Amino acid sequence: MNILESMYNSPVGKTLARKAGLTDPPKLRRGRVMPTGPVLLGELPGSDGVARVTLGLLGITPGEPIVDVAENRTKDDKGRDVPRPYAAKPGAIVVDATGLRKLTDLEGIRQVLRPVMRGLEGSGRVIILAKDASAVEGLEARAVAQAIDGINRTVGKELRGGATSNLVFLREGVSAEDLASTLSFLLEGRSAFVSGQTWRVGKAKVAHELSDKPFEGRIVVVTGAARGIGAAIARTFARDGAKVVAVDVPQSGDSLAKVANEVGGSALQLDITVADAGERIAAHVAHTHGNDARIWALVNNAGITRDKMLANLDEAKWAQVIEVNLAAEMRINDYLLSHDVPGGFGEEARIVGIASTSGWAGNKGQANYAASKAGVMGYTWELSRQLADRPITANAVAPGFIETALTTAIPFVQREIFRRSNSLNQGGDPVDVAETLAYLCGPASGGVDGQVIRVCGQNLVGA
Amino acid sequence: MTHTAVVVGGNRTPFAKAGTKFADASAQDLLTAAIDGLVARFGLAGAKVDEVVAGAVLKHTRDFNLTREAVLGSALSPNSPACDLQQACATGLEAVIYTSNKIRLGQAKVAIAGGTDSASDAPVVVTEGLRRAMLKANRARSLPERLKAFAAVRPADLMPVPPAVVEPRTGLSMGESQALTTKRWEISREDQDQLSYDSHQNLARAWDEGFFDDLVTGYRGVARDTVLRPDTTLEKLASLKTVFGREGATMTAGNSTALTDGAAVVLVAEESVARERNWPVLAKVVDAQVAATDYVTGNEDLLLAPARAIPELLERNQLTLDDFELFEFHEAFASTVLATLKALEQNGTGTVDRSKLNVDGSSLAAGHPFAATGGRIVASLAKRLGQRGPGKKGLISICAAGGQGAVMILEAM
Repeated sequence: MNILESMYNSPVGKTLARKAGLTDPPKLRRGRVMPTGPVLLGELPGSDGVARVTLGLLGITPGEPIVDVAENRTKDDKGRDVPRPYAAKPGAIVVDATGLRKLTDLEGIRQVLRPVMRGLEGSGRVIILAKDASAVEGLEARAVAQAIDGINRTVGKELRGGATSNLVFLREGVSAEDLASTLSFLLEGRSAFVSGQTWRVGKAKVAHELSDKPFEGRIVVVTGAARGIGAAIARTFARDGAKVVAVDVPQSGDSLAKVANEVGGSALQLDITVADAGERIAAHVAHTHGNDARIWALVNNAGITRDKMLANLDEAKWAQVIEVNLAAEMRINDYLLSHDVPGGFGEEARIVGIASTSGWAGNKGQANYAASKAGVMGYTWELSRQLADRPITANAVAPGFIETALTTAIPFVQREIFRRSNSLNQGGDPVDVAETLAYLCGPASGGVDGQVIRVCGQNLVGA
Repeated sequence: MTHTAVVVGGNRTPFAKAGTKFADASAQDLLTAAIDGLVARFGLAGAKVDEVVAGAVLKHTRDFNLTREAVLGSALSPNSPACDLQQACATGLEAVIYTSNKIRLGQAKVAIAGGTDSASDAPVVVTEGLRRAMLKANRARSLPERLKAFAAVRPADLMPVPPAVVEPRTGLSMGESQALTTKRWEISREDQDQLSYDSHQNLARAWDEGFFDDLVTGYRGVARDTVLRPDTTLEKLASLKTVFGREGATMTAGNSTALTDGAAVVLVAEESVARERNWPVLAKVVDAQVAATDYVTGNEDLLLAPARAIPELLERNQLTLDDFELFEFHEAFASTVLATLKALEQNGTGTVDRSKLNVDGSSLAAGHPFAATGGRIVASLAKRLGQRGPGKKGLISICAAGGQGAVMILEAM
């Protein structure tokens, strides 16, 4: 901690900072925790009721939202017309906009959102459901779909107190069962650091019921599990019942062993860039869990940075990053997808990768890293397409500024700027990335495929 | 019903030169780390094993229950019982003998065997005079009596007694004892340096090929054995000053083992259990033998007891040295190995094919945390034999203080 940071964190510094508008960021609701206030459902015209049925699956009987029309308005203390306030702060509002096809329909979204914009509880939720452009006909309907995306992004930026807004596009044929895992994730604290995001949910090839222990009896392999985000991933999957196989380089052996033992999993010391890494992973799974054991999910988390401005970047630093962050992952997935071996992929395997805001938006000094992470996205999209006829899914997350041992090394002022340059005014926690991955890997998330979800608190960068 | 004891895997810390990276770690810390690495590798967190057997040569009085304490500090189930045993540098191997015998008798199904030593954290004791005075003071009933107890203490008694690896009956250190053997068996400096050079080369190659990826777990930021000098040369070794022996001395720091910190453990299981659990059945423990020499009179050598144990073991199993794929002879000193080979030839046991000896390096390169050496050797040899294929046999030989030696046969399944 340098002098500046100590001053900033002193009582006097805090007071001054608040005067300057640098308020303490809201503490986010995390984990498998629902909002405390009521969950509202704004069912807009044309909907087939999919949101209501989905909420029913989650055991939620939604409340009615206040609609901002003239007769519902009252005067505030300055005499202005404002929406009637809620008696109790709502915890979340789900807006079912799946029936919207005309530009004039968009007014419906405004009507249900205006009253909650300053009325949601801390870490409240706005969740908008709409039809994916691919599932609607006509120019206007497709324009409407994109218009809703613009609303969502703006709402995310305007909400306060750690509240988030996200948009789910429904593909053709999606059912309430397919949607349940997504809605549950978005309502709960698991999605704490996901805001302003949009992704698509389709029909799952195999249906599974939602569960609080979705990975019970399932094996999940996590690379780069010795520390930071990887260790959080191992812990989160273990919390949800997984038998975790924690993989990391032999140099990190002792921290890897600690993580593996802590989560009751096993440790595999492996440099993922070796040619037979996929085989070694399968062999370890078979030796640890028996010949019939199969991998349920593979979390390709291992990654490195070798930052240099392109003007100073040599071929070694270039190759190392691409090799570890993308090439190795592709080789391992490829081996496991094409070999039905003991300890290999199960029929419904979940493959997830880690992209990055740097891949999305580029970042000074990270040409190699940005290449590898943007590559993860391109690879994920194409892999998902190629696996279209198998019930295997491929997805990725793109973390923004996540607080780890690595980020504490960033100079204080720069770090504070990074932290605050998103809608939630703070850095994310490794567990936020882990929760999103666990959601994507959930048995009930079979309809979520080929998606890249940013876990960035709606970072301004590349948004 | 017969039971077969098989080695399914192992784990050790990297070995670090004493007084360096692990200087602050106790023998118990090291053993706990070795156990935890093994537990993680096999996904045994919270699991009960039938027994954990280990020991240390340098033991503090607080370590009276060293292994059990390590188990309690590890991720194993607290219901895993533990036993300390000690046979100087053969401790680790003796622990494997003990557990495999229990498995063969049906008294255990899954056991962990090994050893640990911290030469950095060696016990420093007080002088005999001061110790007696303190005991007397402890028994005293009044202050004057208590003070009187210390009257007999002389200034010299206040000096701490530093640790030394000295044979009580000869007063000679290991090195000085071995210097006598080196001279008697006419082991040349060149041969010793060559053996040491090979040890470093072989260990470095094994590390580079990833052989230790599933045998070693990094500890306190150390990922590889720190004694290892991959870049050493015969010229460099030849340039070192001699440290043991007087006239015509040949033993140097380069061809003698360094004081080292580390721990090693082996997972031993009954064969059917190992197969049920789909563990890699690397090798079975075929048989073992211990022997001792009459070194006090000077008639025999302190560290050549394996030359007595090996013929007995081979005879009982109707084997000759030619039946072995690999040999693992602990390199206490380069000249110990070379003298043992000569002794085996002289006593008619036969000749060890040097190309099969210590193919992945041994103690000269890896270091020698006394009680940890047995576990290191058993795990590495079992893995190597497993790679060579079923039926391939390996012979382990470890010399120990007190003129003792332990030897063992492993056979790939």
